[in-house]
Amino acid sequence: MKAPDFDYERPADLPGALDLLARHGAEASLIAGGQSLLTLLNFRLAAPELLIDIGRLAALKQLVETDRHIEIGGLLRHCDLAASPLIARALPLLHQAIGHIAHPAVRHRGTIGGSLAMADPAAELAACCLALDGQFSLLSTRGQRWVAAGDFFQGIYATALAPDEILTAVRLPKGEPGGISIFDEVARRRGDFALAGLAFAATPQAGGLKGVRLALLGVADRPILARDTMALLESGPLNQARVEQAAARIVGEVDPPEDPAYPPAYRRHLVGVLLRRTLQRVLMAFSA
Amino acid sequence: MSSKSRRITLTVNGEAVARDVPVRLNLVDFLRHDLGFTGSHVGCEQGACGACTVVLDDQTVRGCLVLAVQADGCVVQTIEGAGNGDNGLMAELQAMFHLLNALQCGFCTPGMLLSAHELLQANPLPSREEIRDYLSGNFCRCTGYQAIVDAVAAVSRARREAPAA
Repeated sequence: MKAPDFDYERPADLPGALDLLARHGAEASLIAGGQSLLTLLNFRLAAPELLIDIGRLAALKQLVETDRHIEIGGLLRHCDLAASPLIARALPLLHQAIGHIAHPAVRHRGTIGGSLAMADPAAELAACCLALDGQFSLLSTRGQRWVAAGDFFQGIYATALAPDEILTAVRLPKGEPGGISIFDEVARRRGDFALAGLAFAATPQAGGLKGVRLALLGVADRPILARDTMALLESGPLNQARVEQAAARIVGEVDPPEDPAYPPAYRRHLVGVLLRRTLQRVLMAFSA
Repeated sequence: MSSKSRRITLTVNGEAVARDVPVRLNLVDFLRHDLGFTGSHVGCEQGACGACTVVLDDQTVRGCLVLAVQADGCVVQTIEGAGNGDNGLMAELQAMFHLLNALQCGFCTPGMLLSAHELLQANPLPSREEIRDYLSGNFCRCTGYQAIVDAVAAVSRARREAPAA
């Protein structure tokens, strides 16, 4: 279908965008890359009175490295992040995940801020931000606040964003030297929405793992941490027995929603498969 | 329905264009209906099929997931204008698609060619897996993809063996 009728503004700068959003709030939608919003408009699942096009605001296209963090402007596109040597070096989990996001033509338009604000439960970057304990900058004319990824995602397409706020940046801690990052997912075709996926980060320690972070996508109404499995993986050396224990633990830890095409038991099975594959890669890295 | 519209100016296939467009008009409909570049096709209108692929500021995009007003000030190429200054790459792809039967109905072909063209410009010697990966956002309901991957791989091989002058 074609998009419904709406009005359109393209503010020249960030204050202009915040001002428009403050005045129109819930009746307006921000558009950045538009790779989710235009689909919703074409399906007529969304009907904003006004689109505020923030896609050209240079203030939201910064990529900044500090001692301990990388700060990613909300308007950086998937292809910008994929091409960034800084992201490849300091945030290898993100770098791996981007190859799973849709297709090249979509990665040329889609932005990290847009994807996070959309909060699709199967979104790759949302799970990565949760795994890395990221913080999101939410800005409005009332001021700026930082919200942790774990508090930001509140359900299917539901976030902590107020109607007058823009997600302007994402702050992620840089990976530790020697740290392990693995992203993997199962989709019917390359680029399709994941049926289940996993974002894993940890640091090797004495034959085992510390600082284990394990976020799952596509198996709940939002990205989730597999906390019981994280604790199990930190409780001793990593070996084949521990891998099987962890795979069994994570299958019991998730409760995917009913779906006519993919029963919950199948998605639970996939989570076990993904974790087993991930931990085999960790074991291979240990023995290399 | 009210007609909220904006004036846009952009370059399409090398020519400067200025038009008043409804703000809800998407780029591919603008290119087809306002400018007559019907080589870009409209399939799913939800970003899944890739038939509407066009080149916006030197990168492939979904023509159905970009508003015409968002292309204001930009440079757009459709299949009709693709291949300028590419050392014959697009022409070779088109000839090889023809030779190897890499199309039947042709609906997906313009998008498929633009994606393959972008791939080979960035990566002149892709593996078959890399070709499949890059074309994964372009659906073909006729060929089963084998002949399409063959054609892209054949152009890549031919250019390595006999680099164009």
